[in-house]
Amino acid sequence: MENRGITFGYGFLSQESSFDVQFSLIEYDGSHSYFRAYLVGLLNTILVSVIGIIFATIIGVVVGIARLSNNYLIERTAAVYVEFFRNIPLLLQIFFWYFAALRALPLPQDTEPMFGVFFLTIKGFFVPAFVWNNLDIFIYSIIAAIISIIFIRIYARKKQENKGIQTPVLSISIGLLIILPLLSFLFGGVDATVEVPVIKQLSQSGFTYEGGIKLPPELISLALALSLYTATFIAECVRAGVQGVSKGQKEAAASIGLTPNQVLKLVVMPQALRIIIPPTTNQYLNLTKNSSLAAAIAYPDLVLVFAGTALMQTGRAIEIVSITMLTYLSLSISISIFMNWYNKKIAIKEK
Amino acid sequence: MFKYLKQLTSLVAMVAVLFTFTTETMAAKKSKTLKNTQKKGFVRCGVSQGLPGFSNADAAGNWTGVDVDVCRAVAAAVLGDANKVKFTPLSAKERFTALTSNEIDILSRNTTWTLSRDADIGLTFVGVNFYDGQGFMVRKNSGISSVNDFKDGVSACTNLGTTTELNMRDFFNSKGIKYEPVTFEKADEVVAAYDAGRCDTYTTDKSGLAAQRIKLSNPDDHMVLPETISKEPLGPVVRQGDSVWEDIVRWSLNTMIEAEEYGVSSANADSMKTSDNPAVKRLVGAEGELGAALGLDNDWSLRIIKQVGNYGESYKRNIADTGILPDRGPNELWTKGGILYVPPAR
Repeated sequence: MENRGITFGYGFLSQESSFDVQFSLIEYDGSHSYFRAYLVGLLNTILVSVIGIIFATIIGVVVGIARLSNNYLIERTAAVYVEFFRNIPLLLQIFFWYFAALRALPLPQDTEPMFGVFFLTIKGFFVPAFVWNNLDIFIYSIIAAIISIIFIRIYARKKQENKGIQTPVLSISIGLLIILPLLSFLFGGVDATVEVPVIKQLSQSGFTYEGGIKLPPELISLALALSLYTATFIAECVRAGVQGVSKGQKEAAASIGLTPNQVLKLVVMPQALRIIIPPTTNQYLNLTKNSSLAAAIAYPDLVLVFAGTALMQTGRAIEIVSITMLTYLSLSISISIFMNWYNKKIAIKEK
Repeated sequence: MFKYLKQLTSLVAMVAVLFTFTTETMAAKKSKTLKNTQKKGFVRCGVSQGLPGFSNADAAGNWTGVDVDVCRAVAAAVLGDANKVKFTPLSAKERFTALTSNEIDILSRNTTWTLSRDADIGLTFVGVNFYDGQGFMVRKNSGISSVNDFKDGVSACTNLGTTTELNMRDFFNSKGIKYEPVTFEKADEVVAAYDAGRCDTYTTDKSGLAAQRIKLSNPDDHMVLPETISKEPLGPVVRQGDSVWEDIVRWSLNTMIEAEEYGVSSANADSMKTSDNPAVKRLVGAEGELGAALGLDNDWSLRIIKQVGNYGESYKRNIADTGILPDRGPNELWTKGGILYVPPAR
């Protein structure tokens, strides 16, 4: 490297980045450091991965169960969806959703509001934002509710083990989650006003919206493409898992008088999950890594912001690529550690 | 007697050592890149992924453009044939790494010469083959006629990893305008997103705007604002540490510009050998030993002019006649009101 006149060092991370980013979860502009730009990219990567994982799981489970349906139409539709989306390269799908979205979405001035407050436009999805007073008290009330729910669950389990009496934990939990925050509004001085986006004219033909929260079309189409693609694989995992539970288990459960819901919850799912979780972990990892394709459609993820713009502006290829690789490695390892922990928790405990 | 013999032997040995040293320095003068290029038989040249007028490939894979002509000139000088070039299309993000990691030997890819690029990352800029500046493209029906008409909330599409991103921030900050940067890795996606209405303006070098405007669905609905917000001297780049190769590329470019200045073109180059002007004679290799200083033969500059043409011919062929920028603006010779001015070849 010395021969080629390249210097090495991580000192540049504290330098002023002097470039801006379209969409950031934390406060950032070009006067912040490269390290802050790295955090912006990392958080955006985590954001799109989390959204993707949530939606991929929901779609995957629904489609996976639909694949097992006795209804021919539902079963075929699910099968066609799976075969179609898992066999087209992801990058093409991302381009398709992005440019399809850009073609299909209306310009800001032509858009019809949804429920009067949501505006879906080519420049992004503008949603109302809450402006809070005493937000901390509201958060404390939710934390208090969650802690009390945990204690009630422990108490209910003990009660069932000792006396065989079931407590309606679910309704109590929901009640607590509603009542405690409500009390914070009534007595804690918590106050929220809704800020609705309003249209703003930029030029004779250019408009945008101001106020509220803006979700860029890049985020929406990337999350959509990632979840639709990964959901196909998760659907197959779910199908395999449920089919892996032998029929005799269900019949035995029904014969001792469990309701169909209880059969699913107490007998089928615990066994199916053991088969579903390990391959699904792989899909979560894939989704996180695939989110790096964001650079193609201008979503400011880690690759675009840090391994793209920051790399170009500093020229520090080795340092930046090594940091980026380490970051993806840590992200993936964190996901697998969590999923392995969950897998162990639901695995058969041999005594 | 034996005493003298001993002294004589050591003298001979010393002379021999000295002689090998001299021959070695002579050989070292031939640069490593030059040697490798001559061994391979082609010049490895990094270009853009398609920017009409600068470096663009046609359907048959033939590259044309002013940036392409720099590499062709070097090939003509070094290998005797302007066509012996292997072009590697590179994105803005890949370009410097490709050069420093020895994938290419010249980067001629509308690259802005800046201090940090020149000094910090193992590169050396050898000159300027196009003086450019950053501008903005907007829709005609927006009624925007100047950069002062931009308002808070304007979204600007541009390329990732370019000086454009930095200039844009400096510009909007100085005007106190809040803006939304939308950066893509490839120029084609920038154009598509701007065309669809994702952005209110498209900003990049003005030459790039002129070239990309042709790709829009209705080019006539768009216009480039008159203001230029930055200096963008574009030029070829080489690796640091091979000064002979650096000189060859620099003087290949300078030869093209100087040839235009002295009226030497691909059509009249041979007849100029009998010119009365010594500067012209040096340019076509009829006088002096300039090639030897670069480790080349004396016809190197003549071949450049005959096979590639002078700068004016290259500009006309690639940029003016294609309708991108018919007006040469600052890229006119200093003798004709522009700022093209190269040191004398002597």
